[in-house]
Amino acid sequence: MNQISDIDYGTPARTSAEMVSLEIDGVTVSVPAGTSLMRAAMEAGIAIPKLCATESLEPFGSCRLCLVEIEGRRGTPASCTTPAEAGMKVRTQSPRLAALRRGVMELYISDHPLDCLTCSANGNCELQTMAGVVGLREVRYGMDGANHLSDRKDRSNPYFTYDPAKCIVCYRCVRACEETQGTFALTIDGRGFASRVSPGQMQPFIGSECVSCGACVQACPTATLMENSVIEMGQAEHSVVTTCAYCGVGCSFRADVKGNEVVRMVPHKDGKANEGHSCVKGRFAWGYATHADRILKPMIRKRITDPWREVGWDEALAYAAGEFRRLQDKYGRNSIGGIVSSRCTNEETYLVQKMVRAAFGNNNVDTCARVCHSPTGYGLKQTLGESAGTQAFKSIEKSDVIVVIGANPTDGHPVFASRLKRRLRQGAKLIVIDPRRIDLVSGPHVRAEHHLKLRPGTNVAILSALAHVIVTEGLVAEQFVQARCDTTSFEQWREFVARPENSPEATAEVTGVPAEELRAAARLYAKGGNSAIYYGLGVTEHSQGSTAVIAIANLAMATANVGREGVGVNPLRGQNNVQGSCDMGSFPHELPGYRHISDDATRGDFERRWGVSLQREPGLRIPNMFDAAIDGSFKGLYCQGEDIAQSDPNTKHVIAALEAMECIVVQDLFLTETAKYAHVFLPGSSFLEKEGTFTNAERRISRVRKVMPPKAGMSDWQVTMALSNALGYPMNYHHPAEIMVEIAALTPTFAGVTYERIDELGSIQWPCNAVAPDGTPTMHVDEFVRGKGRFMITQYVPTDEKVTRRFPLLLTTGRILSQYNVGTQTRRTGNLRFHPEDLLEIHPHDAEERGIIDGDRTTLESRAGSTVLRARVTDRMQPGVVYTTFHFPESGANVVTTDNSDWATNCPEYKVTAVQVARIVEHAARDAGLEVADVV
Amino acid sequence: MHIEKLIKMANQIGAFFEAMPDRTQAMKDIASHIQRTWDPAMRATLLAHLDTQAEADIGLKPIVDEAVRSHRKALEAPT
Ligand code: SF4
Ligand code: SF4
Ligand code: SF4
Ligand code: FES
Repeated sequence: MNQISDIDYGTPARTSAEMVSLEIDGVTVSVPAGTSLMRAAMEAGIAIPKLCATESLEPFGSCRLCLVEIEGRRGTPASCTTPAEAGMKVRTQSPRLAALRRGVMELYISDHPLDCLTCSANGNCELQTMAGVVGLREVRYGMDGANHLSDRKDRSNPYFTYDPAKCIVCYRCVRACEETQGTFALTIDGRGFASRVSPGQMQPFIGSECVSCGACVQACPTATLMENSVIEMGQAEHSVVTTCAYCGVGCSFRADVKGNEVVRMVPHKDGKANEGHSCVKGRFAWGYATHADRILKPMIRKRITDPWREVGWDEALAYAAGEFRRLQDKYGRNSIGGIVSSRCTNEETYLVQKMVRAAFGNNNVDTCARVCHSPTGYGLKQTLGESAGTQAFKSIEKSDVIVVIGANPTDGHPVFASRLKRRLRQGAKLIVIDPRRIDLVSGPHVRAEHHLKLRPGTNVAILSALAHVIVTEGLVAEQFVQARCDTTSFEQWREFVARPENSPEATAEVTGVPAEELRAAARLYAKGGNSAIYYGLGVTEHSQGSTAVIAIANLAMATANVGREGVGVNPLRGQNNVQGSCDMGSFPHELPGYRHISDDATRGDFERRWGVSLQREPGLRIPNMFDAAIDGSFKGLYCQGEDIAQSDPNTKHVIAALEAMECIVVQDLFLTETAKYAHVFLPGSSFLEKEGTFTNAERRISRVRKVMPPKAGMSDWQVTMALSNALGYPMNYHHPAEIMVEIAALTPTFAGVTYERIDELGSIQWPCNAVAPDGTPTMHVDEFVRGKGRFMITQYVPTDEKVTRRFPLLLTTGRILSQYNVGTQTRRTGNLRFHPEDLLEIHPHDAEERGIIDGDRTTLESRAGSTVLRARVTDRMQPGVVYTTFHFPESGANVVTTDNSDWATNCPEYKVTAVQVARIVEHAARDAGLEVADVV
Repeated sequence: MHIEKLIKMANQIGAFFEAMPDRTQAMKDIASHIQRTWDPAMRATLLAHLDTQAEADIGLKPIVDEAVRSHRKALEAPT
């Protein structure tokens, strides 16, 4: 992994099955039809000079540096825009071409400052390289072109600088913003020598539409758009390919490194989840890893009111182990448990559940996936037979209709959103089902065909109504259903959804969605070609979260939209390793590979390998642990990388539970909210400090590779191992690769996964085994994993969380692009500049009724608690519904969320809370501030 | 564990399966869901509640009540 510059083929790869053969500089080369001459030449190892072309963008043909000669043709066409044809004979070098290219370069350089030695791009500048390649020796026009030296640099973005003096107007940035990112924030302003790149209407970057994805910076061949980290540190000397540790897209990155310090992160073009793109978090927001707030020494204290005492690793681990054993002796074997983080690697989550089951001797292990996608696991397993999404992200390139339900991809899964928007620009149709007008509903060059703006909490009613239309209007894919599904369950389901009470007309009253709009959406989904459903936490985090997931699977089966590319049921996972942590057996009732703990054969395999006997009954889930703690039967918790005090609902209840425990061990990067209630603090390691794997929302297992040594001396897997050893249950792995060997040996869907194989293939989508040695991009192709697809009846049951006179509004929650979950990482980066506080979005009507104007401080109160937020008045919201994010502890959005939860999995109902909002009058603000401080 | 919470959880499970056309199967599914996802102590608390409360105070939906009673053996905590 020492390669810094990837080969740039100049134009994108083409996928045509038809191959054409031609000769370039005497070398014969075969390429798919449609490939540019430039790319064909590079495939043959011949680099044609270029400036405006780069592999990630469609060719543009503006710089004229890439000219070639073609036998039998007049002129010198640009090789980037000329497709290869069979039998062509191409020359890339000749005296005539050399002279032309030098002429082009002369013009560029006459307009360019010559401060190469002190330029931030020095050592990695395409203009400089091209000047060398064409042998530029003089500039006949002189050096005093309009080189914008007096133009001010734009330093408004926290991560990159725009220096207009260096711009060669190649349009690569403009095209990257359009084609790669889909934001259309940049234009070229002015003409000739006066032209320059302009965000929006000559605004600074920070005030423009720019979402800071960095695609333009990456595309820029000069120092015009440059990462501040490179300006500060200079060029890197080696690179390491690894995986983003933020969201479930799981982008692959090349970390450019100098010694042990990251200079920049560049999305890896061979990464199959992101294909060379990224968002602001993954590319730029990694500074938290070296933030001064990191705790690097283990600490212990007897009571949570005592001050922390720094100790060595051995003492901390011995103390934690001693406490856990003391609690078990006093209160019973089941009085302690562990929480696994979906931020950690597969190997780490596997070890934590192993330690709980084997060393604690119980099954009280759960993961934060409990609070986000546990209904996905349940719902998809029941219907399709596997607890995972059905597609690869690439599949969207073949979709004709895309349904987005309860997800906000441009903020939550930005790189996937860019792929989605690209497909929409190519003509696919979009249906959005969301209470809020998310950006996708109408943005630059994208528009939803239908936006079903439902009332929060009515997903199941909407989904059943969609099914009603499909069934009653004869839109069912009868053949598929007959061949692939369990027909008894289908007939029962058909009868159920056809009932009048499930018609769009009947459900309109509760959902608020006009029947005609819903009917049109249902027809489009059923008959629009390849239809794919993408959904997020707006589906799962409800009292009927599992029912909604089931309803989604029903729709896909009934319309034959599963089992091939372009279709499917796709959960957009929140955290980087939600899929992985679920796969790794971190639910109390399931061993790795989603096999129930009561299954004697499976349990037997683990017992033999682990050399212990395991309990055959399920353990406690996170909310059950809290309840048991308050009841006094649950006393100790090992909590790895999870800030439950901030991220779990009904903060008051969670804190009461934490306070009731006698030993909480927190393993994390920072002193989190949860750490306030901890007795032992074990320093964690960031993704840059360890080896391992993450599994993204596509079931794609990708490597995480160590870029720097663990700052506190141990990677997280080593800490868990040491704790297990201190508890007297020996673990002895030398490298996470050995843990993967054990996982593969015990988990049929992982049987073929090894580090060597991942290195070979780049990444692997499970199932990967003898039947599918290279992994499985699309699931359920010929048969559902469970055999026949199973339909299930999805009766709408209104949530208990109802509006009343006292709490007349519904609160729903979400996240924004630049912050990540509870913000522990992103708040410690430049991303603060984009989003310094959580805001309460409220419809103008509701605001006016309460005398609230934009920017006012307001109190938000629910049955569970109250908090203070600044209001943003926006018609993005529907009347009666308010919205906020939960990235800052000060606002404590979860102070107000209740402990209602999904019927099947106890996933909390974050998405529906009845609330009241009131404006804070000046003098009361102070009191309210105090009150909030008390609550948080 | 607070019995009110357990009752609510059990009733929520019941509300999902109650919609199935085959009531016997629905009861089996309710009991099985509880058995497969609740820790034994939670199940024991629910059963104890059934045993000690007067019929009128139990608070379970009829289908849940019946499901739990008729599948009691499977729900009992292992000894
Ligand atoms: S950072 Fe991204 S969004 Fe901003 S201008 Fe560049 S490409 Fe466009
Ligand atoms: S900013 Fe960079 S990429 Fe954009 S036009 Fe100028 S030189 Fe080209
Ligand atoms: S889209 Fe997700 S995985 Fe990709 S860079 Fe952004 S946060 Fe990281
Ligand atoms: S690289 Fe072909 S015209 Fe610029």
